Amino acid sequence: MIKDFRYLRPQDLQEALGMLTEHAGEAKVICGGQSLLILMRQGLVAPEYLIDIKHLEELSYIRPNEDGLRIGATTTHRALEKSKELAERYPIIPEMEETLASIQTRNWGTIGGNLSHADPAGDPAPVLIALGAKVKLAKADGTREMALEDFFLDYFETALEEDELLVEISVPPVPARTGVAFEKFTIIGCDMGIVSATVRVTLDEGGRAAEARVVLGGAAPTPLRAKGAEEVLVGEDLREELLEEAGRKASEECEPISDIHASEGYRRELVRVLTKRMLRKAWQRAAQG
Amino acid sequence: MKEGTMAEMHRLKIRVNGEDYELYVKPKTLLVEVIRDHLGLTGTKRGCNSGACGACTVILNGMAVKSCSVLALQADGAEVLTVEGLAKGSELHPLQKAFLDHGAYQCGFCTSGMLMSAKALLDENPSPTKEEIKEGIHGNLCRCTGYNSIVRAIAAVAEGKYEEAER
Repeated sequence: MIKDFRYLRPQDLQEALGMLTEHAGEAKVICGGQSLLILMRQGLVAPEYLIDIKHLEELSYIRPNEDGLRIGATTTHRALEKSKELAERYPIIPEMEETLASIQTRNWGTIGGNLSHADPAGDPAPVLIALGAKVKLAKADGTREMALEDFFLDYFETALEEDELLVEISVPPVPARTGVAFEKFTIIGCDMGIVSATVRVTLDEGGRAAEARVVLGGAAPTPLRAKGAEEVLVGEDLREELLEEAGRKASEECEPISDIHASEGYRRELVRVLTKRMLRKAWQRAAQG
Repeated sequence: MKEGTMAEMHRLKIRVNGEDYELYVKPKTLLVEVIRDHLGLTGTKRGCNSGACGACTVILNGMAVKSCSVLALQADGAEVLTVEGLAKGSELHPLQKAFLDHGAYQCGFCTSGMLMSAKALLDENPSPTKEEIKEGIHGNLCRCTGYNSIVRAIAAVAEGKYEEAER
């Protein structure tokens, strides 16, 4: 049963930020609510004020340009999935969105809400971290920007202060000879992923890995960069033993828990396999373009 | 909310199946509660009540959503189509006819949500492939394992076997 709350509907972003300042500590922001309403129903979250930003069109946009890509926080998953511009320039984003929850959830749920919810098994964060995304956080009196990988602090905890709102995600341009691959393991399609792996590889002119990112979902309290795995890749050629070693490293350095869905050991094995598999796929994609 | 604080009621204007409604609801009211409990349209089912099963699927401003996971006040000013709005008078919607002909249900609990997801799919993509149909009903669980007949029913409509003047 959801506890009663006071409902606030700001006319624009500035008013929303003013409300957040006024009710700091007593308010939660709702956008699509696809995650928040579940927590409220379970009684885990019971705010006194709910500030609704779902209708704020000024935060709903997908803007690719020469400097990269900017996505407004209230942009729905479905808009990202269907964006032709993203399919062309950041195809991994629609590819990831296609398997995020269900169509109904993607129609109403938003990227800003997903990231702010900070479920370590969420799909978008690892992909965006692999792409080097930043987030813009706004308060009534100013904004700050930080790397998305620094935004997540713990299970369902972010760097957002009580009076702060995630307003934009920015992604730098993707360098040439870069491939990105993402896969999550689920029992049935619409389930939350048990573990996911995202690998991004940028090759040098000789076909060796110049830069690599390995980002794991559902394998730690936050989305996790497997830096040990990244290190073994740099400067190397693609070969079977390298894939094995990167998978093994990632499996060692992650910090998964055991729960009803999977044991810790099972998750580590998934990390090993998925990292290896995504590394091969990302590398092949990088070699093709 | 602090002890003793009453939740204020908010006005909700909503168009459901072409009818305009104006009602007063508590902020915590969900769209499925307005549809079922306030308007008495009980064709929309409340299944898992947590966004997993899809039985409560309705079409909100042209998009399939899970009405258990949308605050009613977020649908203020919106247009909603529920399963009751599919038929034209006594003339069933092509999807409804096809579901009957193909035995695309057993207990029927998932059916209204399935129909609404199928409607949203065909509105967006009138000739889906079998794979696209499966993706279109991805968010709807059937526990009688009737998926094959459901996919066949939707495919039959997509193939034009249930033409009518206005779908």
